[in-house]
Amino acid sequence: MSTNPKGRRAAVAALVTVTALALASCGGTPAASPSGASTSSASQKLTVVTHDSFNLSEEVLAKFKADSGLDVTFVAPGDAGTVTNQLVLTKDSPLGDVVFGIDNTFAGRALAEGVIAPYAAQGLPAADADALKADDSGRLVPIDFGDVCINADTAWFEANGKAVPATLDDLVKPEYADLLVVPNAASSSPGLSFLVATVGAKGDPGWVDYWTQLKANGVLVAKDWTEAYTVQFSGSSGKGPRPLVLSYSTSPAFEVVDGAAPPTASLLQTCFRQVEYAGVIEGAANPEGAQEFIEFLLSPEVQADIPGQMYMYPAVTSTELPAEWVQYAPLSDAPFTVPATEIAEKRDGWIRTWTSTVVG
Amino acid sequence: MTRRVGWTLAGAIPLAFLAVFFAWPVATLVGRGFFPDGPFTLDGFAQVFSDARTWRVIRTTLAQAAAGTVAAVLLGIPGAWVLYRTRFPGRWLVRAIVTVPFVLPSVVVGVAFKSLVISTGPLGHLGLDRSFAIIVASLVFFNYAVVVRTVGGLWASLDPRVEQAASVLGASPGRVFWTITIPALAPAIASAAALVFLFCASAYGVVMVLGGASYGTIETEIWFLTTQLLDLTGAAALSIVQLVVVGAALIVSSRLQASQARAQRLRTDESVESPWTARRDLGPTILTATVVVGLLLFPIATLVQRSLTTASGLGLDHYANLASTGGGTLSVPVWEAVGNSLRTASAATVLALVLGLLVSLVVSRSPRNEVGRRALGLLDAAFMLPLGVSAVTVGFGFLITLNRPPLDLRSSLVLVPIAQALVALPLVVRVLLPVLRAIDPRLREAAAVLGASPGKVLRDIDLAFLGRGLGLATGFAFATALGEFGATSFLARPDQPTLPVVVFRLIGRPGLENQGMGFAAAVLLAVGCAVVMGLAERMRPQEAMTW
Repeated sequence: MSTNPKGRRAAVAALVTVTALALASCGGTPAASPSGASTSSASQKLTVVTHDSFNLSEEVLAKFKADSGLDVTFVAPGDAGTVTNQLVLTKDSPLGDVVFGIDNTFAGRALAEGVIAPYAAQGLPAADADALKADDSGRLVPIDFGDVCINADTAWFEANGKAVPATLDDLVKPEYADLLVVPNAASSSPGLSFLVATVGAKGDPGWVDYWTQLKANGVLVAKDWTEAYTVQFSGSSGKGPRPLVLSYSTSPAFEVVDGAAPPTASLLQTCFRQVEYAGVIEGAANPEGAQEFIEFLLSPEVQADIPGQMYMYPAVTSTELPAEWVQYAPLSDAPFTVPATEIAEKRDGWIRTWTSTVVG
Repeated sequence: MTRRVGWTLAGAIPLAFLAVFFAWPVATLVGRGFFPDGPFTLDGFAQVFSDARTWRVIRTTLAQAAAGTVAAVLLGIPGAWVLYRTRFPGRWLVRAIVTVPFVLPSVVVGVAFKSLVISTGPLGHLGLDRSFAIIVASLVFFNYAVVVRTVGGLWASLDPRVEQAASVLGASPGRVFWTITIPALAPAIASAAALVFLFCASAYGVVMVLGGASYGTIETEIWFLTTQLLDLTGAAALSIVQLVVVGAALIVSSRLQASQARAQRLRTDESVESPWTARRDLGPTILTATVVVGLLLFPIATLVQRSLTTASGLGLDHYANLASTGGGTLSVPVWEAVGNSLRTASAATVLALVLGLLVSLVVSRSPRNEVGRRALGLLDAAFMLPLGVSAVTVGFGFLITLNRPPLDLRSSLVLVPIAQALVALPLVVRVLLPVLRAIDPRLREAAAVLGASPGKVLRDIDLAFLGRGLGLATGFAFATALGEFGATSFLARPDQPTLPVVVFRLIGRPGLENQGMGFAAAVLLAVGCAVVMGLAERMRPQEAMTW
């Protein structure tokens, strides 16, 4: 066979060029600069790590970028657990400068692993900070909170002539057999929150017995909140078979149609209070920018933006709430609590025990 | 000599890409599992494998993947015949529809299938909820297109005259099919089966939604151990199991392909297609129509219906909302997410095509010695691995490898198309390789003897025959990139979401408006995919000469 090295080389060179161009062009914006580089421009960049529900109005974010002059990059690798564990994994070369979205079921882990640097936030009134704190070290700053509660399809109960249950103990009564659906505690953050609520209510290991009763009473375990609420729950647009579901105390406000009272309600005696924190990442390349971002999250604009964007209550409790929240999204006045340190210590074991008890 | 350098380079470029963006991150993360506190230990293995749950998870994974693969192949072959060897009006539309499931985010498909089979759903009375059958049905839903297109791609260029000759000589249609057609298609069938098996074995969300919490798979366990517990030791043990399963599947498939691969008579014109005739095509058509309507369109129809359901009956309100940020649930209007999706998917497609073409050309060579052949077999299998290895392992691996200059890409947008290309690349290779392998080497030799330069041989023979395959591969790569969610979700940028990320967000919120918008966005994704695939189908090669 004859050869034509020139042609071949040209072809290969062309392919190499195309590959390089493809790689170079696919970003559209320049790649992030190496964090930790000691150039003067490093302080102008800020990398914000958040959970995947993070959301703020475009105008509010644009204003922060304009006011601070920072070149902000957001990364959202997953839920609160994923974010926390990624920070732990990358301790030696931090993933970013500031984190938002670690909740109180994972706060203990983040604190124990030392991935959060101390920072005393200015924008949070002392009373609010005290009510929502994760520990006394003042590292994680509360940004928002919400109650994870059982929701009931009140229309269903009315149509079927049953009283709406009120407490955790009601849920194991025979008259409420096969009515409840909850997300899996191993694969869903609200699912884990409800597991912790039962630990708070029944103690450890009393909760195991409670779940055994729930199981005997026909509790259905869905993969995640989406399956539980949008497929299995009868009170959502999915019109599923089960009139009791684990969701948030704010969910009924989103089922309001044309201003009429929502067809669902949350059971305020079944709640776990979830608090979401922000913190400066230990070893951050731009700690000043990180602090600036935390103050931004506590600013009146962002705090007022949180209910509509992230469906949580602002940590600054003097913030004005949307009208339908005042009416249909009440908070529990006695949510179950478990200290973050205890959760950190025992969470993994609880999930494994829960899985073998309820899922089998 | 220069030839060898050229081919080595052609293999080395994609291999370097695979090494940096896949092998290195995965090996580093799995390696951490073996050295949790410094010295090497197998304690994690002992612990994981002494748990009865682990074995159940492995059994479930193998059972659903095997059943899903067999069902998709058995249903897909008649589909490939009908859609690639017969001509009928509207065929392009059916071909496009078949690919739609491939891009639908699994969260939406989970909701659609589950809504059909739960007790209050339209199929509730069949008792399919939490059954093995419904899991297999959903796996076929996702993977039917893989079989139809991979097998169809080769079938569409098989010279029908061999079959015609056999039947003129008195062979019955059944005999012709089993002794001529099936062996000729075997490489493509083995290739498709391997792909489907890898997709099924790493299926995540859908299996747990449809089967219930007790249907844990290796993939769901790795996700749980890594993201929720950061138990890298346990995750590493399961990752090794996953690699063994995937590796075994790839070996079986490549043996099958090697034993069956042979030069075929290929054609690049349309003479291989014949008009639809009832006598010959009715059977496969009924089967294919049942699959397309019953298994593919029915769940898609429930999505459409939910996207049209508003508080006051049916309407287009949710579609109108797509222009907005949905009352604030999204950081950007859906149209911007569409732009993000198209941009990253285009970049990923270019990347996957260039690298996939290089890999296919290299792997399709026939070295004279055994070592060379083995090396090419390994190379081929290596590029399939990203499909079978957990996105979580790759994603967490990125964090601890691509973390220093010059490769601190962790918060870089470049990683999104790269991750998508890793997943699309094996599909490109699977479509192109059977066609390249089927080219009679004598054709190249004859051209060379007649004085054609290697470049000309490559262009006028290999690339000419690849023409149609390239169209298919482009469409496939684009659709894969568009729908990719696993790896993309780890790299997601809240301010620049892609369409599947937006769907995931909207579906994850209470209220009819969010849900409706989520379904509308999913329908948009489906339509976009159908359009792209329809266009890719029309990319026609320049006619090549055949013997």
